[in-house]
Amino acid sequence: MPRHLRRWALNGAAGLGLGFILLPLLLVMWLAFFRQEIPSFPPEGYSLKWFAEIPGNRAFTSGFLLSLQVSIAATAIGLLLAVPASMALVRSRLPLRGVLNTLLLLPLVVPGVVLGAAFYVGELELEMATEWPLLGSTIGLVIAHTLVVIPWAVRLITASLGTLNPTIEEAARNLGATPLTTFRRITLPAIRPGLVAGALFGFVTSFGNLEASLFLVGPGQTTLPIAILQYLAWKIDPTVAAVSLLQILVIGIAMLVTDRFVKLSQVV
Amino acid sequence: MARLELSGLSKTYGAVTTVRDVSLDVPDGEFLVLLGPSGCGKTTTLRMVAGFVDPSAGRVTLGGEDITHRPPWRRNTGMVFQNYALFPHMSVAENVAFGLEMRKVPKPEREQRALAALGLVRLSQYAARLPRQLSGGQQQRVALARALAIRPDVLLLDEPLSNLDAKLREEVRVEIRQLQKQLGLTAVMVTHDQEEALTMADRLVVMAEGAIRQVGSQQDLYERPADRFVAGFVGRSTFLQGRVAEPGVFQTEGGLRLACDPAARSGPAVMAVRPEAIHLHPGAEDNSLSGTVEFTSYLGPVLELHVRLSPTERVVLHMPNRGGTPAAGLGESVTIGWPRAAGMVFSEAA
Repeated sequence: MPRHLRRWALNGAAGLGLGFILLPLLLVMWLAFFRQEIPSFPPEGYSLKWFAEIPGNRAFTSGFLLSLQVSIAATAIGLLLAVPASMALVRSRLPLRGVLNTLLLLPLVVPGVVLGAAFYVGELELEMATEWPLLGSTIGLVIAHTLVVIPWAVRLITASLGTLNPTIEEAARNLGATPLTTFRRITLPAIRPGLVAGALFGFVTSFGNLEASLFLVGPGQTTLPIAILQYLAWKIDPTVAAVSLLQILVIGIAMLVTDRFVKLSQVV
Repeated sequence: MARLELSGLSKTYGAVTTVRDVSLDVPDGEFLVLLGPSGCGKTTTLRMVAGFVDPSAGRVTLGGEDITHRPPWRRNTGMVFQNYALFPHMSVAENVAFGLEMRKVPKPEREQRALAALGLVRLSQYAARLPRQLSGGQQQRVALARALAIRPDVLLLDEPLSNLDAKLREEVRVEIRQLQKQLGLTAVMVTHDQEEALTMADRLVVMAEGAIRQVGSQQDLYERPADRFVAGFVGRSTFLQGRVAEPGVFQTEGGLRLACDPAARSGPAVMAVRPEAIHLHPGAEDNSLSGTVEFTSYLGPVLELHVRLSPTERVVLHMPNRGGTPAAGLGESVTIGWPRAAGMVFSEAA
């Protein structure tokens, strides 16, 4: 095949793939500005009124706040657990290192519904045993979301640690730094790209998580994805599209901001 | 600067002993080199001095203080690593000042001392750069400055030149040696490169299989190797397997009868001969043998010949290159010989 033809084929395939990913996103964005209540094509006109609907809808506002709370808490806890876990995976000669590594990535592989059901049963049992009202509480949600965050954080932090030359830590200790100071002054700054990227991906995954949350939310206490789902059960007006657009914006801005500090393309 | 003493130092990992009963006394201001093949325990020994490896037995004393089980951050040793180990996110000046910062030296003083240390390695103008903006040789000089800035009791060098190319190696080698002398530092360097060891050391320690084989000057090691290993590791030698048949006579397995030191113990033994000790067309040498030239190599200052003496024995000899036509060509029959004293005999009797 001539060279230019081959390049056209390659670019065409890439474009097709990109289109496939972008099409639903673009469609949702477009839909958010339709004037009519029942989406139909072509649109009867354009309007921003659906965005104005959002602040008045308690399910969306409280859902957004709960999602934000849960995701931030889960990301923070997930990172706190993922950093020492990653250090152990990369540095120590644990006999079951491979197994542990796989286990830590497992939440990515297990279907979200299975994970949610497992958490539901687990938290239920724990609640019956201790009478601690875990199920339906924010803490119960945070625990499950932490599990969603950990695989991303571990993956990206271990990747970052893997490129770190361990003798620079020895050099620091040789120069008089205690292990804690060495970690704070040398290790942490060196793995910062992995930490930031891990936090971002963990946060985004947690924020958009629907399946695991479905089992764990309490009455009148829903996360944003669940609020969207519930709204869709009754109405199909473009408010949902408007909410989705805002969610896409929040995540997009988070990625852009992160990219200013750490070149994401270098760590992912 | 201080005197460093190791006594009976050992390290065992499970059933494996990597360092066995190492005792050394390094006086103040000496440059000691630990030389040996990889896996001989030289690096583990150095790491026990730095505190990165906890000894299984024995003692490390620095300046009269027992530091055997003291953590690395509370020993005043300055280490230079093979791969430089500079902190990538800190500037050159911050790297050099790090040890002083850990010692709580006030900022103005530590900046001034860091700059002075950088001056020692002639890199003051690079203070604001990041390590990755420097060449390998410059990075290793920064690492040296960083180790010197804390005014260590002992400077530890772990294969500091191995990552540098040949030309830079020469340059940094001279730099390290000059600074060590100028500052009167006690230094211990680990290397597997004998040329590096011979050119830098005040005194050398040859290690193999976790133990010290010989301690001595360059001349001691080269001219009076303690055993077959040292004779083969420091400089080149041809080894002839055989036995001391009667006092002063060494009989090779191939049937050659050679004159040797009359004091050599009778029984199975090996004779080592340095290539430059063997002469072509000797006059009246103690050993005079005929053979065939099987291989020649032009090395510049010397010509190397491989001469077959018996079906199983071949010796390597070096003759000074005086220019003109070579003294012996391939396949030529020649007479070679060496003095009795040049045949170093190592007994292999159990």
